[in-house]
Amino acid sequence: MSDLAQLVSYDDAVARYEPVIGLETHVELGTTTKMFCGCRTTFGLDPNTAVCPVCLGLPGSLPVANRAAIEYTIRIGLALNCSIASWCRFARKNYFYPDMPKDFQISQYDEPLCIDGFLEVTVEGQVFRIGIERVHLEEDTGKSLHVGGATGRIHGADYSLVDYNRAGIPLVEVVTKPVTGTGALAPVVARAYVTELRDLLRSLGVSDVRMEEGSLRCDVNTSLAPVGAAEWGTRSETKNVNSLRSVERAVRSEIERQAGVLDAGQRVVQETRHFHENDGTTTSGRSKEEAQDYRYFPEPDLVPVAPDADWVESIRAALPELPAARRARLQAEWGLSDQDMAALLNIGALDLVGETVAAGASPADARKWWLGELAMHANKAGVELPDLAVTPAQVARVAELVHSGALNDKLARQVLEGVVAGEGSPDEVVAARGLAVVSDDGALTEAVDAAIAANPEIAAKIREGKVAAAGALVGAVMKATRGQADAGRARELILQRLT
Amino acid sequence: MAADTGAELTRLTAAQIAATIASGQASAVEVTQAHLDRVAAVEPDVHAFLHVAPELALAAAREVDRKRSAGEPLGPLAGVPLALKDVIATADMPTTCGSKILEGWRPPYDATITARLRQAGVIILGKTNMDEFAMGSSTENSAYGPSRNPWDLSRIPGGSSGGSSAAVTAYEAPLGIGTDTGGSIRQPAAVCGIVGMKPTYGGSSRYGLVAFASSLDTPGPLTRTVLDAALLHEAISGHDWRDSTSVDAPVPPVVAAARHADVSGLRVGVVAEFSGDGYQPGVLTRFNETVELLESLGAKVVEVSCPHFLYALPAYYLIAPSEASSNLARFDGMRYGLRTGDDGTASADEVMSATRAAGFGAEVKRRIMLGTYALSSGYYDAYYGKAQQVRTLICRDFDAAFEQVDVLISPTTPTTAFAIGERADDPMAMYLADLCTIPSDLAGNAAISVPCGLAPEDGLPVGLQVMAPPLADDRTYRVAAAVEAALEQRWGAPLLARAPALRTAGLPVDGGTR
Repeated sequence: MSDLAQLVSYDDAVARYEPVIGLETHVELGTTTKMFCGCRTTFGLDPNTAVCPVCLGLPGSLPVANRAAIEYTIRIGLALNCSIASWCRFARKNYFYPDMPKDFQISQYDEPLCIDGFLEVTVEGQVFRIGIERVHLEEDTGKSLHVGGATGRIHGADYSLVDYNRAGIPLVEVVTKPVTGTGALAPVVARAYVTELRDLLRSLGVSDVRMEEGSLRCDVNTSLAPVGAAEWGTRSETKNVNSLRSVERAVRSEIERQAGVLDAGQRVVQETRHFHENDGTTTSGRSKEEAQDYRYFPEPDLVPVAPDADWVESIRAALPELPAARRARLQAEWGLSDQDMAALLNIGALDLVGETVAAGASPADARKWWLGELAMHANKAGVELPDLAVTPAQVARVAELVHSGALNDKLARQVLEGVVAGEGSPDEVVAARGLAVVSDDGALTEAVDAAIAANPEIAAKIREGKVAAAGALVGAVMKATRGQADAGRARELILQRLT
Repeated sequence: MAADTGAELTRLTAAQIAATIASGQASAVEVTQAHLDRVAAVEPDVHAFLHVAPELALAAAREVDRKRSAGEPLGPLAGVPLALKDVIATADMPTTCGSKILEGWRPPYDATITARLRQAGVIILGKTNMDEFAMGSSTENSAYGPSRNPWDLSRIPGGSSGGSSAAVTAYEAPLGIGTDTGGSIRQPAAVCGIVGMKPTYGGSSRYGLVAFASSLDTPGPLTRTVLDAALLHEAISGHDWRDSTSVDAPVPPVVAAARHADVSGLRVGVVAEFSGDGYQPGVLTRFNETVELLESLGAKVVEVSCPHFLYALPAYYLIAPSEASSNLARFDGMRYGLRTGDDGTASADEVMSATRAAGFGAEVKRRIMLGTYALSSGYYDAYYGKAQQVRTLICRDFDAAFEQVDVLISPTTPTTAFAIGERADDPMAMYLADLCTIPSDLAGNAAISVPCGLAPEDGLPVGLQVMAPPLADDRTYRVAAAVEAALEQRWGAPLLARAPALRTAGLPVDGGTR
């Protein structure tokens, strides 16, 4: 950005400019072996231990396409409402880079396996249908580690190390059509799309979709045009945006930056940009206007992929319940309002509640504990809810203890606190902390008598028939028993004595 | 063993050698040693090999002898020596492709063909010279100097499989493996007066064959007899799951066809386009005689026009370099082979450029540039795309022709072996050597070259090319075997008997032992 251009506040930017976004998402497939050879795809192995002549691109070696990867890709395409090509080819994308063993990447070009689908996302009660341009299959590159130098990139590095374990891992690229009409919601819609896509991929069982391990990576395209303009603006492509939060921030940051460029009467340059996690901004990478010529041509070492219709239909028939359908079903089963459901989804508690219900809790209890007490703990600890050290089965056990009368809500909260703090299972925490409800009349009677003696004025009111005042004495009993009393029984005893 | 016995062993055909070993008249070790001796004796003049592996060869021969004495079954080529083109990966020998960029590189794996040869008990003597990355028709593009034609040491042995053709012609080995992308098996066979077969594309595995042009490359046999070619063809062929383009179908009955030298009733088409200007008169003389011979043997010969064959050469010189420009990208000095300019300050890009500048020869660079241009944005449709359309038209010409005839014939090459250096500075003249062989590469069908005499004007071998539809490889053997038998009867000896004796290094007689 030139000095003349100033950052524009987000609200100001979206008041005057209409953003158009597009997302390219790369997903490493969870096949057992690589795309074109029999090497393992396990993450985290010692460098260069899952390699062979094929994925190292040694002279003379030849690729053989992994049928499971093709099936997974078709599964993704079908789940994204795409048409599946009856005949398509792999293509070579030619460019030189040390982490590319063959100095070309086997990818797909003008004949992708899946085309023309959509994925719907809901943001603030609005449904956005995101068009899917294509879903294609390719091989991943090796992973470079550039040592020395300021930028962590190859230029300026003292030396570079390459791990080819990742080379040849099947990679699916999901490309959206340009997404228009999102206005100020563009960053949130972008994030919602990637979230929904992630959940979809997870439900399909085609990838573990761990963004932190790089098995899902996003490139985010953003352009701005003045509100009401007939033509879209020039887009930038922000590479390797690798968390959900970053997707949202990257779009937002680009909207602010490009608005500043346009306000200054300048031209947005078509270029790739790098996203910086630390401050949420982007900086210029290489200009696309002097873009590389990849010299794509059909891969002559592979035969065309021609999935027959019966195979595609059998894959379609075997698709699992997809996230949107599952959400609708669970919302109905659990009797949740749209708002409650949205709250559950926002906090990422859908699966947790589902599993807690599956472990025997009522939907209301499961929802109550996760959204209430446990969300508070997660918030306090600064972790995502699923990362809290408590399992759905443990939450179900706590609910069961409350239901049976062994715990009341107050005690249950203490039990959960103990579980989250790593003190053991709910039963262990109950035992260790001595958190059983006191319903034994002997112990209770003493506490009740003490409470009456200590509060003669309240006792007098109750004797006069103001039964509601009993609550204050129950409170005193609970306080005296540190919450362990059975409140219902305490009330019964108080009323027995005073009426 | 007596010296003359060793010399005799090298004169036997592969089939005879296998029978000799199977019957116990000679051991595989004796056979191998005799050929190693011959290699040592003639290599100073012929230079067919880039690498000879005597110890490995003798060890493999001992294993064949052990199996025989243990009564284990032996294949039809067990104990027969072979010269392997240096483009085929071998885990125990270097594989350089005739290039400086792979000097000393030893693959960590065997090509499928290599593995099948070992499985068959074939003795690999070493790796043969070739035009760098199989780009050329003379071996003059080898980074390690040219091989020489045993008929006339001042002439080229053909290319790119010229090392293998020279080795077989010079009796250094009865079997050779070549690879054919534009004629690189058939043209060397033709100019050396031996048999060379390009199987149907996908009939023999490419796994471990260092790629020049993936959609064209086809490994195949170079031998002194048609039967030997068929035996070797059968030994290396058949489906290979490691090569996606490998044909999953039974190997055509090539050995039976080679033994069934009968063309009576066979419909033979003479390609009208492969005659006239640019064809050496003596080549056409021998070719026309062979046409008459086929008619006399009962074949029904007609002339067939394949009009698009005239565009095969330009189409080939777009498609093959395009694929090559991509296939050869991996030679960048980063992982194996030559690395130049890595002085600690140069960037990876600079080291890649310096390595490729130093490691590739002029012809390889020329084709990488041609291919890079043909594939580039804005030119793709006009060059690569158009060439693929021409390729389709050539396939249709073949389809139409094979509705009328069972096989097509033509001269294998427009001329006999030219002199070393004669075309080295004229790429277009060099490319013309493959004029007649390229259509079968583009169409992926089967084609063989079999000797049909010596050109009167220079006394050098002329080859007859026989082309058949994909997977009808056996038809080419049937015709080639009939021609071979009839001509041998006419001449009273194989053509190669008329080749001059080679000087043998430091030895008084041709074919002496150490």
